[in-house]
Amino acid sequence: MIELLRRVLRSPQGALGLVLVGLILLVVILGPWIAPYNPESLAPLQRYKPPSAQFWLGTDQYGRDILSRLLHGARATVVLAVFATALGTLAGALIGTISAFLGGRSDEAIMRTVDAVMSIPSLLLALLIVNLLGKSSLNALLAIAIAFTPGMARVTRSVALAVRKQDYVNAAIARGESAGFIVWREMLPNVVAPIIVEMTIRVAFAVMLFATLSFLGLGAQPPASEWGLMVAEARRFMHLSPWMILWPSLAVAFVAIGFNLLGDGLRDALNPRT
Amino acid sequence: MSPAYILKRIVLVGYTLLVVSLIVFAITQILPADAAVMMLGENATAEALAALRAQMGLDAPIWAQYGHWLAGVLRGDFGVSMRTGQQVGPVMIEALGRSLLLALFSIVLMLMLALPLGIIAAVRRGRIADLVVSVISYIGVSLPEFVTATLVVLVLADWLQWLPATGYVPLTENLLQGLRHLVLPVLTISVILIAHVSRMVRSELVDVLHTDYIRAARLKGLPGRTVLYKHALRNALLPTITIVALDIGYLLGGVIVVEEIFALPGIGRQLIVAIQSRDLPSIQAGALIMAATYAVASFLADIAYARLDRRIQYD
Repeated sequence: MIELLRRVLRSPQGALGLVLVGLILLVVILGPWIAPYNPESLAPLQRYKPPSAQFWLGTDQYGRDILSRLLHGARATVVLAVFATALGTLAGALIGTISAFLGGRSDEAIMRTVDAVMSIPSLLLALLIVNLLGKSSLNALLAIAIAFTPGMARVTRSVALAVRKQDYVNAAIARGESAGFIVWREMLPNVVAPIIVEMTIRVAFAVMLFATLSFLGLGAQPPASEWGLMVAEARRFMHLSPWMILWPSLAVAFVAIGFNLLGDGLRDALNPRT
Repeated sequence: MSPAYILKRIVLVGYTLLVVSLIVFAITQILPADAAVMMLGENATAEALAALRAQMGLDAPIWAQYGHWLAGVLRGDFGVSMRTGQQVGPVMIEALGRSLLLALFSIVLMLMLALPLGIIAAVRRGRIADLVVSVISYIGVSLPEFVTATLVVLVLADWLQWLPATGYVPLTENLLQGLRHLVLPVLTISVILIAHVSRMVRSELVDVLHTDYIRAARLKGLPGRTVLYKHALRNALLPTITIVALDIGYLLGGVIVVEEIFALPGIGRQLIVAIQSRDLPSIQAGALIMAATYAVASFLADIAYARLDRRIQYD
């Protein structure tokens, strides 16, 4: 683990990604405490303020402090995205490993179906699922998890195929272990590393997807300070104050860049190709 | 490439569409709200509701409903919109045409910019140019469409007032105005594509430039340009075809957001409207047509790939 961390830090992307993700986690944990104002307190006399010493990032249409809203919204945005990715990854990893373990026709049938599901764009699939379940943050989380499952199944299966051929799997089969035991205890632990890389990159995508769902009015609901929702609300006031729309947009991009960089750094650290 | 391989791929496209139709139907038809209540309102009489359900086939078992719907789809009949009362199929196909136009312009712009950027980055690997391209592509990949759209509107439409922020004018009606309305949506969609593809071109080209046959070509004394364009690029671009095909899936997701933001009446916007008004036949048709477009695109990419790369023998 320490060795891996050292290798991640050696590449410029990895080091920068680690710093950015570290910062993001700090904001997620400490956000509500370091926020200078209450994110929902209205101040009718302080509306549409540009950045100043009093309000570092300005205020919105109700006079709410944008910095405080962003700091509070970090939890809504980032934590949900991480959970959604983890859930989708777990489901996908299970399907992919089982498919590789079964092999033959079952494998073929499972993977063709996974391919078929993947031909629905993930945003569209997420939209349909949220539409089915009803709009809320929790349902958006589920929708993203489901939308990520086939992709993760595909990645996991290609790794698990190699693991399947290893002697320790054959030994487990020879010992007469159950299929569940072999998939869960022998194969899954050995496909974890590449999956974590894929997962890190997907967190970036999940943040974007979740913010997009909220932006379209199908994720977090007002008065939440989820970042995509903040952008959607700020659009109407773009002419009055461009700052309102700029900050949450940059926040989403910042998180996505952080996780993308970290994912690439991890990938280089785990399989140094050049 | 044998006919058997092509046949197998065609069967797979068919299977894909079958699975997608099942998923789409399942997700939409088990909506919590009762379609008949939605159309007639809360105060409708029980008889009126029952009559409408019978008319819409909602009283039949779910499998019969699916079979009925699928049979219609196969004849090109996607049903009637619950919102407008129009035939859904023609409306969606017309909208798809506008979306494909948007996608086509975006892909052309992407190829015009992503290839040179990727080549420069690979050739000048580790230098400033490479760094600049990497930074641009990281930012591009990390901006969701709604953020990119917001930024381009803010700068090009709001501050500089060069281009209209929303709306759509058919190209056949007024070519110049039509193109002006397409610029911002195309820019928005291209950003992520350019970022993604230029990264791909760079890494493929870097790999190819390290191979023995490139060394051999260099040592033979061929000019650098010839080596780069005739020997290296050809091989580096092959995997890029697959990536472009995969990106079409992303592209179709992207048009949903972009069309909504720029009020461009393509299939994505139709879908959003359908979802917001819970117009089942439109949602089903839109989702199915989108998935079908993607399945066909990736099928064509596979065929093109096999055609271009003679080393690959499919059976």
